[in-house]
Amino acid sequence: MTRIAIENPVEMYAVRLGDDALVLGHRLSEWSSNAPFLEEDLALSNVALDYIGRARMFYTYAGQLRNDGTTEDDYAYLRDCRDYYNLLIHELPRGDFAFSMARQYLVDVFNLAYLAELQQSRDESLAAIAGKAVKESTYHLRRSNDWIMRLGQGTRESLRRLQDAVVELWGFTPELFAMDALEIDLLAQGIAVDRAALRDSWDRQVRATLEAAGVTMPEPDWQVDGGRQGVHTEHLGHLLGELQFVQRAYPGLEW
Amino acid sequence: MSDSKAMTEAELIERFQSRIDDEQKIEPKDWMPEGYRKNLIRQISQHAHSEVIGMQPEGNWITRAPTLRRKAILLAKVQDEGGHGLYLYSAAETLGVSREELIAALQSGEAKYASIFNYPTLTWADIGAIGWLVDGAAIVNQVSLQRTSYGPYARGMVRICKEESFHQRQGYEIMLALSRGNEAQRAMAQDSINRFWWPSLMMFGPHDAESAHSGQSMKWKIKRQSNDELRQKFVDQTVKQVEVLDMTLPDPDLKWNEGRGHYDFGEIDWEEFKRSMSGGGPCSRQRVAHHVKAHEEGAWVREALRAYQKKQKSQADKAAA
Ligand SMILES: [Fe+2]
Ligand SMILES: [Fe+2]
Repeated sequence: MTRIAIENPVEMYAVRLGDDALVLGHRLSEWSSNAPFLEEDLALSNVALDYIGRARMFYTYAGQLRNDGTTEDDYAYLRDCRDYYNLLIHELPRGDFAFSMARQYLVDVFNLAYLAELQQSRDESLAAIAGKAVKESTYHLRRSNDWIMRLGQGTRESLRRLQDAVVELWGFTPELFAMDALEIDLLAQGIAVDRAALRDSWDRQVRATLEAAGVTMPEPDWQVDGGRQGVHTEHLGHLLGELQFVQRAYPGLEW
Repeated sequence: MSDSKAMTEAELIERFQSRIDDEQKIEPKDWMPEGYRKNLIRQISQHAHSEVIGMQPEGNWITRAPTLRRKAILLAKVQDEGGHGLYLYSAAETLGVSREELIAALQSGEAKYASIFNYPTLTWADIGAIGWLVDGAAIVNQVSLQRTSYGPYARGMVRICKEESFHQRQGYEIMLALSRGNEAQRAMAQDSINRFWWPSLMMFGPHDAESAHSGQSMKWKIKRQSNDELRQKFVDQTVKQVEVLDMTLPDPDLKWNEGRGHYDFGEIDWEEFKRSMSGGGPCSRQRVAHHVKAHEEGAWVREALRAYQKKQKSQADKAAA
């Protein structure tokens, strides 16, 4: 298989955002038939569908920029781990319900602010995708915010699980705000969002909610990153093994 | 009904039957014979459990769907089935049984669900075959149930049928894509048809003569058409679709009968049907065990939710006092 080499920075930016969405959507979809009750099963599938839809829009746009017939599926199914660029927080296994909800909450607060900014992008296609996605994220955050309060103020066990989840996730959050040369350059052109600039208000909001829920905020004494360079946790390879199984076993066919 | 106490049981039954005969819908608050209520709870809950357990074999391919479009469609489809389960649990609840009781009966094996979901989904083609054949068979049954005598069940069916026809189309579309593919894809599709055809026919239940609940259900118009009538309808419509795929059904006895104006088809392996219905299908134990596991793993979440709601309520009460 020939590697999809990405040279256009805007294409790379769209693929990064697509990878974030696809990998998280995949993790959320793993809750189907596994949620604590039926209504929640359906709600998690809704969120998963929004993310998968978002990935499709970003990839499709990336493919259009190449103008060589590259499709959304080529990006999703034909790249190996080192050519995936999602931020690591999205690929962590779904864990228990508290872990998935805590991740969702941290990411939802981030995404809502991020997408609101991306709507202002000078790239009209990215702005349009953000315009659709920001509405979804508003609803996602309402849900995950509710769950943080329910778990935090529910039972001793639910608070303990929420606390453990926040501790496990915390070192993966700095990567949400890390700018690299590519995004700094696109920011200067008015295309990309300044993620670093979102950090303070994210931090205030997340701390206020988690503390109100009864969570003791962890010390920021560790952090892991590397997603944007394709240096992942070991979990991503397994996720891709599953996601890409049919396309790998029967290459080059229509489905 | 304010005068119901003044009437004897026999008079009530007579009036009930004449309402049924008159095609009136029975509503939750109406008087109904205990047998009618029990029969309905059995049928609606079996139907609800089938929707919910059916999420598992199809869900088995959500993370492996071959394209993003197929993945999104499948995830939405499985989600719809869960939604059908919800409407049907609600319909059953109007008959005075709780969701907890219904779930407990599923998990203990006391309540049944469609035996077809006790077969494994081994290849991507199985997702096509299930959407096309299993949802196809379900539609034939459910269209007929839109006229069932119990109001909440009939209305639930109307909603559900709209979504089912979309499910069948997406399943058939998967099969169509495979049928136009290479040899491996065509073989995969034919193998799925071979494995899912007979179980699909079993979905309509035993022959009319052997069906334990059929006579009374027809009289009460819970069922509107017999198992054999519905099965025949399904066979007739499916044969033409198989021809378009240029594939075959695994039944040497299948042939057009000019005199009847229907297809004749072979006898179902009723021993296998019984085995699968009574927990002996290849995935029977796995399906129930999975449901139990997810339910148990979610116990602390449901408990947290109850505790939170209780706290919220007592705070609201305090504020109001
Ligand atoms: Fe359904
Ligand atoms: Fe369906």
